[in-house]
Amino acid sequence: MAKVAAELKYSAEHEWIAADGSGPSVVGVSAVAAEALGDIVYVDLPEVGATVTAGETCGEIESTKSVSDLYSPVTGEVTEVNDDVVGDPAVINNDPYGAGWLFKVTVTEEGPLLSAQEYAEANGGEL
Amino acid sequence: MTENYTALYEEHKKLGASFTDFGGWQMPLKYSSELAEHHAVRKAAGLFDLSHMGEVWVTGPDAGAFLDYALVGKLSAIADGKAKYSLICNEDGGIIDDLITYRFGDEKYLVVPNAGNAPTVAVALAERAATFDVTVEDASAATSLVAVQGPKAEAILLKLTDESQHALVTGLKYYAFNEVTVAGHDVILARTGYTGEDGFELFLPNEGAASLWESVAQAGEEFGIVPCGLASRDSLRLEAGMPLYGNELSLERSPFDAGLGPVVALKSKEGDFVGRAALEAAKEAGPKRKLVGLKGHGRRAGRGGYPVLKDGTVVGEVTSGQPSPTLGYPVALAYVDVEHADLGTALDVDLRGKAEPFEVVALPFYQRQK
Repeated sequence: MAKVAAELKYSAEHEWIAADGSGPSVVGVSAVAAEALGDIVYVDLPEVGATVTAGETCGEIESTKSVSDLYSPVTGEVTEVNDDVVGDPAVINNDPYGAGWLFKVTVTEEGPLLSAQEYAEANGGEL
Repeated sequence: MTENYTALYEEHKKLGASFTDFGGWQMPLKYSSELAEHHAVRKAAGLFDLSHMGEVWVTGPDAGAFLDYALVGKLSAIADGKAKYSLICNEDGGIIDDLITYRFGDEKYLVVPNAGNAPTVAVALAERAATFDVTVEDASAATSLVAVQGPKAEAILLKLTDESQHALVTGLKYYAFNEVTVAGHDVILARTGYTGEDGFELFLPNEGAASLWESVAQAGEEFGIVPCGLASRDSLRLEAGMPLYGNELSLERSPFDAGLGPVVALKSKEGDFVGRAALEAAKEAGPKRKLVGLKGHGRRAGRGGYPVLKDGTVVGEVTSGQPSPTLGYPVALAYVDVEHADLGTALDVDLRGKAEPFEVVALPFYQRQK
């Protein structure tokens, strides 16, 4: 069963966000999503400086089998993107909550977010 | 809706497979990483459960003549111990299924249709058999099919067969078969596959399937065999430029659209066969769109259903596509208007609103070194 990291919050669209209140928040996709997608081969991320909007698409994740939109879990300005995952998208499969993070954002408004427990229960993940 | 489970379902569960519904069967999609499974078949070996495929026996004095009537090829001309790729069409020349026919003798053939089409094909064959002295028996539910594919497949099979039978394995040509004992099981061992690699397909009764599966997995361990699901099967066949029924082949497509004209024996068969008149007309008219291979210049892949564009105008549609794991660039099969189907033609694929450059290339995309 796919792991759900306890310290993170989640959107219904399977993005996670690490919001510790200090500095920009980190956004990635959950292991549940990474596993469902299969081996990820291409990722299209928002540009630094772009404004993303909670619940709206801000990029794309393509696996061998399918393409999924990337939704931003929050509204805010992108401050950094993870160029390592653009070069080697398999990192997202291997370490979705760590090295596979996608972008950092200065949050002005959160979208509806789930706790790790709520997300795990809704998606059959394992805390 | 999934109603069917193969005799190997418990084996797949033990291996931690993710499952998918395919043609009404609950089948392994992948066990770990579909890319790793894909590469294993190209470099070592993969083990597939294909028990969802159909097995229909055609026996009796008219077996050859009947198959010549029911299918588009000249099946009566196959030599004993050989197999042939063919199609079953309807009266309109539309493709009901693509299938492989194995000839055991004058009066005994095995027809192997696709999973989702097996019941339809079995019924169509039974209907077409009315005026022939043949028996059509659908043995799909009782028969398992296991494939061992990849450059190490032969070495693995040799390890599982008695030395006295090694020549039956090594001497087996592509699209030929022998009855061989593998790991104590009497199987039909065919040198066929759907991966673009050397490999074998093994038919046997359901009872022995799990035991055979485990024996092959064990014997293949030292060669790097891995169990493979339908995800890697699909990427392997796509690289090999092989059509998939439901994607490239359908009732709406004629064999000539799909580049399968040579499979239709209009000249070598004198008698009538189902679809003949429509197929003659289709050949005469020539296809408006034909199946081509597309190579992407970017990193994003075209997917089934995406429009193919020439200068912004729709001139075709992708039927299968994904990033090629072996080649490292996106590949796709697409139906394209014949005037834009020449090799080297620059086309775009509409990737969710953005035109990405592709080029018409020769098939197969990937060919193994022999």
